[in-house]
Amino acid sequence: MNVGIGLPTTIPGTTGEVLVEWARKADAGPFSTLAVLDRVAYHSFDPFMALAAAAAVTRRVRLATMVVVAPLRNTVLLAKEAASLDALSGGRFTLGLAVGARGEDYKIAGVDQRGRGRRLSEQLEQVRGLWEDGRIAPQPDGRPGPPLLVGGSSGEALARMARYADGYAHGGGPARAFASAAAKARAAWLDAGRPGTPALWGMAYFALGAGSAESGANYLRHYYAFTGPFAEKVAAANLTSADAVIDFLRGYRDAGCDELILFPTLSASDQVDQLADIVS
Amino acid sequence: MKAVVVGGGPAGLYFALLAKKANPSDQITVIERNPPDATFGWGVVFSEETLGALRDADFESYDEISTSFARWNAIDIYFRNSRIRSRGHVFTGISRKVLLNILQRRARQLGVDLVFGQEIGDLAALREADLLVGADGINGRVRQAYAEVFRPTQVLHPTKYVWFGTNLALDAFTFIFRRNQDGLFQVHAYPFDARTSTFIVECGEETWRRAGLDQASERDSIAYCEELFGEELNSRRLLSNRSLWVNFVTLRAETWHHENVVLLGDAAHTAHFSIGSGTKLAMEDAIALVDALRRHGQLEAALTDYEMDRQPVVERFQAAALESSRYFEDVSRYERFDPQPFAFNLLTRSGRISYVNLTLRDPAFVRSVDAWYAAAATGSANGAGRLTPPPMFAPLRLGALRLANRVAAAITGEDTARNGSPDEGHLRQLLSAAETGAALVLTEMTAVSPDGRVTSGSTGLYTVEHAEVWGRIVAAVHERAGARIALSLGHAGRRGSMRPRREGIDRPLRQGGWTVWSASPIAYTPRGQVPRAMDDGEMRKVIRQFTEAAELAGGCGFDLLELNLAHGYLLASFLSPLSNQRTDDYGGSLANRTRFPLAVVDAVRSRWKGPLAVKLSASDWMLAGFSLDDAVTVATALKHHGCDLIHAVMGQNVAESRPDYGRMFGVPAADRIRNEAEIPTLAAGNIPTSDEVNTILAAGRADLCLLDWLDSTPQ
Ligand SMILES: Cc1cc2nc3c(=O)[nH]c(=O)nc-3n(C[C@H](O)[C@H](O)[C@H](O)COP(=O)(O)OP(=O)(O)OC[C@H]3O[C@@H](n4cnc5c(N)ncnc54)[C@H](O)[C@@H]3O)c2cc1C
Repeated sequence: MNVGIGLPTTIPGTTGEVLVEWARKADAGPFSTLAVLDRVAYHSFDPFMALAAAAAVTRRVRLATMVVVAPLRNTVLLAKEAASLDALSGGRFTLGLAVGARGEDYKIAGVDQRGRGRRLSEQLEQVRGLWEDGRIAPQPDGRPGPPLLVGGSSGEALARMARYADGYAHGGGPARAFASAAAKARAAWLDAGRPGTPALWGMAYFALGAGSAESGANYLRHYYAFTGPFAEKVAAANLTSADAVIDFLRGYRDAGCDELILFPTLSASDQVDQLADIVS
Repeated sequence: MKAVVVGGGPAGLYFALLAKKANPSDQITVIERNPPDATFGWGVVFSEETLGALRDADFESYDEISTSFARWNAIDIYFRNSRIRSRGHVFTGISRKVLLNILQRRARQLGVDLVFGQEIGDLAALREADLLVGADGINGRVRQAYAEVFRPTQVLHPTKYVWFGTNLALDAFTFIFRRNQDGLFQVHAYPFDARTSTFIVECGEETWRRAGLDQASERDSIAYCEELFGEELNSRRLLSNRSLWVNFVTLRAETWHHENVVLLGDAAHTAHFSIGSGTKLAMEDAIALVDALRRHGQLEAALTDYEMDRQPVVERFQAAALESSRYFEDVSRYERFDPQPFAFNLLTRSGRISYVNLTLRDPAFVRSVDAWYAAAATGSANGAGRLTPPPMFAPLRLGALRLANRVAAAITGEDTARNGSPDEGHLRQLLSAAETGAALVLTEMTAVSPDGRVTSGSTGLYTVEHAEVWGRIVAAVHERAGARIALSLGHAGRRGSMRPRREGIDRPLRQGGWTVWSASPIAYTPRGQVPRAMDDGEMRKVIRQFTEAAELAGGCGFDLLELNLAHGYLLASFLSPLSNQRTDDYGGSLANRTRFPLAVVDAVRSRWKGPLAVKLSASDWMLAGFSLDDAVTVATALKHHGCDLIHAVMGQNVAESRPDYGRMFGVPAADRIRNEAEIPTLAAGNIPTSDEVNTILAAGRADLCLLDWLDSTPQ
């Protein structure tokens, strides 16, 4: 199992300088991927912008969106941004897409939330097609475009994943929950008659070092406030010690996870160093 | 804190005493409409885990409860003049009245204020308390008063049941199935003290009416049931206690709290009595609520936490209870079973107990099931007492074909075929599938014509060259792996002319595509090619292509031929009303929609001598779509047209549906088709381990299983 780290793009107060510094450290560390979340109606960075900046200061680490709320975006521009980022980074990009869970994001973007699942299906098909026929890619080099992930827990999301994507992005939770979602993702893939197997990505949050647990939990409560009582659960699941991280990695590895992304809940860049120590 | 509890059942009393114990300065009142000793019903059952929770929550009441328990460890199943006993289970039962008396005493001792004989109508005055607890049961006032917030839904179960007692002392959880001139009746009975047992009688509504029970007085009902179950009752009596025939209601509510009001127990949720968990859930709710109140200073946080904690648990039980109740509602489907598989099916009905669990609990019982299965599979005398394999390794006969075991493996096409011709890659894939030990391997769907291919790399069987390559593959699978091989034959219809599937499916070919055909001119995906509607000439052509392919398949030496009526390909597009909107003889009614697929089956059947299977999407997973009921009708027709096996799959007739890929997701379809259309079935869909395979087979839900890991093992 590969272990990646998130960029603190959704932690209020994070500066551009911090993001760039963070990306450099991640590239130098043991991480496979540098990933971002997406949220519009929040004090957060645009995921593609942030990854473009990261691409410029990194050479090795892969870059991923986990995940971008696709129905909020114009499909052609989305495909072009993704292709650009892939070219900028020398083919290091993975595009994760989902319908997203937040009503405010749809409201502020002026997009109707109804029918968002069907719209995502169409977008997935279209994005692939646009990449392949090379009309919008900066480098029409005939490559099929970056790998695609789809997130979401419903049967519809899994069917969409199996139909159009290369892998599944799970939304977080204990290893048990991941294992059961992974089994369904594989079943959907097999049922669809896709050759090969889906890449299975997982995610979790962490806050390391003395005194960081509390502010990490507060951030998560705020970030997930829209889910009501669920926010408390997410906050309680935050990984706040080396042992907790190691246990969690083991659980996910045994559950068949291919790539686990650990997202920060504090933007101090020593978080990267502390996690790097544990992961390596 | 000042709390008022409406309802003095297990939920209300237990909450009150735990809350008072946690915080003796709180003022807690329970208001119950009945007098302390009046209660409906007889005994209730608990599981081991519940007892552990009760012990931790309040040792004093636990101690009293556990000394009043009846304990037993067997389940008896009376079916067709035989009794099958399964041991190794753990049950405890207690009289509801005794339980309530213990809880009342303990509550009073701790200082809870108990008010009896007062029926609550208006809640306004009670809202002044800090907390109002609605523990007033399934018809609770509290939930009804705030229905627009709680948003309850109620599902009425179709069967009628009545809750009797009996002075027969049972020593097992007892299920009795008895058919008389009026229909099928079943009994759920269990002891709750040394002298008395609960005796619930259940039957379908029609049976109930035929028996005149809709008109019967309580006394007449008792007389009828005493006569019907005279043998098992052994001349003991049935006792009534406001015992009326009712339908069970499964209640769900979107939320269980609102401001300072919270629901507990049956007031919030019910789960069918056949898994005996109502009282357990009610008391666990009480524990969780008191815990949450203790943890959070703020009421809203505590009530939210309680609800978040309990809702997933309750949903799991409701799901299992639903499976269980469905089993009893449809049990006549299994009446032709022999007692061993009947009993095994009953014990594994809710999905919570599997072959392995039963083996641990009662090895002798599972041995007898294995022996029965092996004997039935080989047509020999019952092998009881001899070493027999588990069901997965029993052979299967399909016409002249004998499969060494009950596991099949299917190949996912890699789209490497050129002009339909399979290559070395296909041979390697099929061989490695066969080498897993699966008795049967299935090819990818192979096209009857160039236009019937899914992608430009799909395999076909429409030229003599194809037949030669397939013949070599069949011979290799036979000789090198000793497995049997099925040709899965189909026509892609509107899902044809697609790009190779590596980078996604249902993505139309940009260049070199071909015209696609379907029942009606509706594209599979919004950007897909709009198909042409099949006309008479095209139908005749397709029938000819299928028969020619079947003849070639015979020459190749395939052991089984599977026709594809699934996943939205050409023949399935006729079956589904979502893709078939024709107004001629091939559209409209189900019979019309089945006409063309059946014509293909007939034509193939007349040329193909071996066993014939049909892969059928048993549901569209859409409300207005092809349903499982339709699938049973179609499967029955297929049987009459000479089909030997139904490979039951789900969905994909339309691109956007509401699929569920949960464990064993295709098994309910295989089960219904097998036992209602009475034709052997191959079950598929998220079947992860041999435990599921053995459970499915021994319970008679299918005859053959596709095991997922065989397919996904990297080559
Ligand atoms: C046939 C059958 C078999 C069952 N078998 C089992 C079993 O084996 N094991 C098991 O665990 N469970 C079993 N149950 C379920 C079990 O009986 C209930 O789930 C359990 O009693 C729920 O407890 P409760 O306290 O929530 O509700 P209840 O027990 O229904 O208590 C509600 C109380 O509120 C009172 N009340 C209602 N309205 C008012 C009002 N307006 N004012 C004042 N008081 C009011 C009622 O009189 C009653 O005493 C069975 C149920 C049925 C129908």
